Amino acid sequence: MSNVVPEHKSSKRGTVSIDFKTWGPFVALVVLALLGVLINPAFLGLDNLANMLTRSAFIGIIAVGATFVITAGGLDLSVGSMAAFIAGVMIILMNGVLEQFGPGLVTVSIGVGASLILGVGAGFINGIVTTKGRIEAFIVTLGTMGIYRSLVTYLADGGTLTLDWNVRDVYRPVYYDSLLGIPIPVWVFLFVAVTGYILLNYTRFGRYCFAIGSNEKVAEYSAIHVDRVKTLTYVMQGVCVSLATIIYVPRLGSASAATGVLWELEAIAAVIIGGTVLKGGHGRIWGTVVGAIMLTMIGNILNLTDAISNYLNGTVQGIIIIVAVYLQRAAWRKGEP
Amino acid sequence: MIMPSIKTTLAACVTSAALGLPAFAAAQEYTIGVSIPAATHGWTGGVNYHAEEAKERLESLYPDISFTISTAGNPGEQANDLEDLVSLRDIDALVILPFESGPLTDPVRRVKEEDIFVTVVDRGLTQDGIEDLYVAGNNHEMGRVSGEYIHDRLDGEGNVVVLRGIPTVIDDERVEGFQSAIEGSDIEILDMQHANWNRDDGFEVMQDFLSRFDDIDAVWAQDDDTALGVIEAVRQAEREDELFIVGGAGMKDIIKRVMEGDELVPVDVLYPPAMIATAMDLTVQHFVSNGPVVGEYILGSPLITEDNAEQYYYPDSPF
Repeated sequence: MSNVVPEHKSSKRGTVSIDFKTWGPFVALVVLALLGVLINPAFLGLDNLANMLTRSAFIGIIAVGATFVITAGGLDLSVGSMAAFIAGVMIILMNGVLEQFGPGLVTVSIGVGASLILGVGAGFINGIVTTKGRIEAFIVTLGTMGIYRSLVTYLADGGTLTLDWNVRDVYRPVYYDSLLGIPIPVWVFLFVAVTGYILLNYTRFGRYCFAIGSNEKVAEYSAIHVDRVKTLTYVMQGVCVSLATIIYVPRLGSASAATGVLWELEAIAAVIIGGTVLKGGHGRIWGTVVGAIMLTMIGNILNLTDAISNYLNGTVQGIIIIVAVYLQRAAWRKGEP
Repeated sequence: MIMPSIKTTLAACVTSAALGLPAFAAAQEYTIGVSIPAATHGWTGGVNYHAEEAKERLESLYPDISFTISTAGNPGEQANDLEDLVSLRDIDALVILPFESGPLTDPVRRVKEEDIFVTVVDRGLTQDGIEDLYVAGNNHEMGRVSGEYIHDRLDGEGNVVVLRGIPTVIDDERVEGFQSAIEGSDIEILDMQHANWNRDDGFEVMQDFLSRFDDIDAVWAQDDDTALGVIEAVRQAEREDELFIVGGAGMKDIIKRVMEGDELVPVDVLYPPAMIATAMDLTVQHFVSNGPVVGEYILGSPLITEDNAEQYYYPDSPF
């Protein structure tokens, strides 16, 4: 509704002391973690926790970007294909300059630089076509989603692009190494989340996102450069996708048409589980972070047990997602007229 | 990237077909339509590559025969392609690798009713007696050969984890074959999870297997893409020395490892995307040979080892 949704509505009623809107995702995460431990004690193993957090970094980083887009009333369906396309171009480029620069930091830096440029560019295109072209974000990003997906298929000739083995060895630590016992992708995830949190909650840009998402017309009359702010959210989304790709490529050193399939929906799910409103006007970065970790955790727990038929994995995931969002909405839905 | 000329030609063909102007209608005597899934993952990428190769080779060998290849992104699109091939290209034979068996059975039957020679590849139709020729790999055999190797290599005793494919009949048949090969031995399947013939899923499922089980002797990944993900997970956990991995299909990266005598990936089991070329060859024989070409042609699923890997290595293929 607006960016001044009353935060303490639930406490007024006196019966429920937890503010579910804020803490709902965290409660759901804890419940899910307890379930994981009960199912298999290996869940709490340090290795498993590290694996899980590292894995959630891809979707998490992308979802932080998506939080901005969705808060400002937009939507980006192209992130999964964009990641695949950027990964593909990075690999081709690094393989291409290998002869000239050798398998060293220069080659990797060229790849990383290209990734950032492509991310900014792709985000800018989504943003400018949506705002200046006056086309719904759903349609624009559905279009770019198809374009990037087919471009990566074309680049790979329908097969798989594989990074040269020697470059791989130089680049590999970006995914597999740790700093102070915490894997590097998790650090990147944390950095992106903190930056996102500050941007969304403590800057004018963040407030504009809330305002535009709540009511675009009012925002425009309030002298906010709506088009500029909205385009900027897509550019930020592009940068997030590019960062996620930079840590994704060293994992398996490959990209194909199957890379990043359905990431867009996972990112949107993470954002919504976290308490951001799909129609815009309200966003929560930490909720998004928790949402992304939850999604990964569900898959992880299902892999740790054989009690549930593999065919039903999707059912379990679906139920948990709906319950998590229900938990978080139930408390304040009563409060609204 | 420079667009290969085949793609340009294909694009021209598709455009002219769409305009109702069959490009080569006059000169050729036989037109063979080839309908295959678009290159959405590694294996179908291989199918596309080998189909193009076979087209080029066969057309130069037999001037009277021309091929028209169409790729579809889903079963509905493929059904449309079949209608176009019949009405616009006036084909004499159809080689089809159906996206899915069920939805395409009826469209293929309608093609057959036009007296067109039909060759079905890999995925059989749900109704018998429609196709003239059936060319396929043997999924049950593929699973069995994999199981047998693991059985022999472990001397009938050990712990195995299995990464299944996309939940389909193909996956079920392979797993059944695998289980039949290790039946009665002391090999225990610790768990099976779906990795969907996908690298990323293979990586994640294997990571979880590794944190869950301390003692794994062998991994059946069933697919080479999955196997590549598994290899990375095992490397990350630094457990390369305690286990070995068996993939499947015949991807060039894996074949290369086998050729080089990689301890972690000692063998591969063939389920080749090049079977589309076999099907195209046999279909041409229907028109040029004096021998009958009908029935079933089931490819074996040989074990690829260090000794014979070279003959299955296609360095130029995208798969």
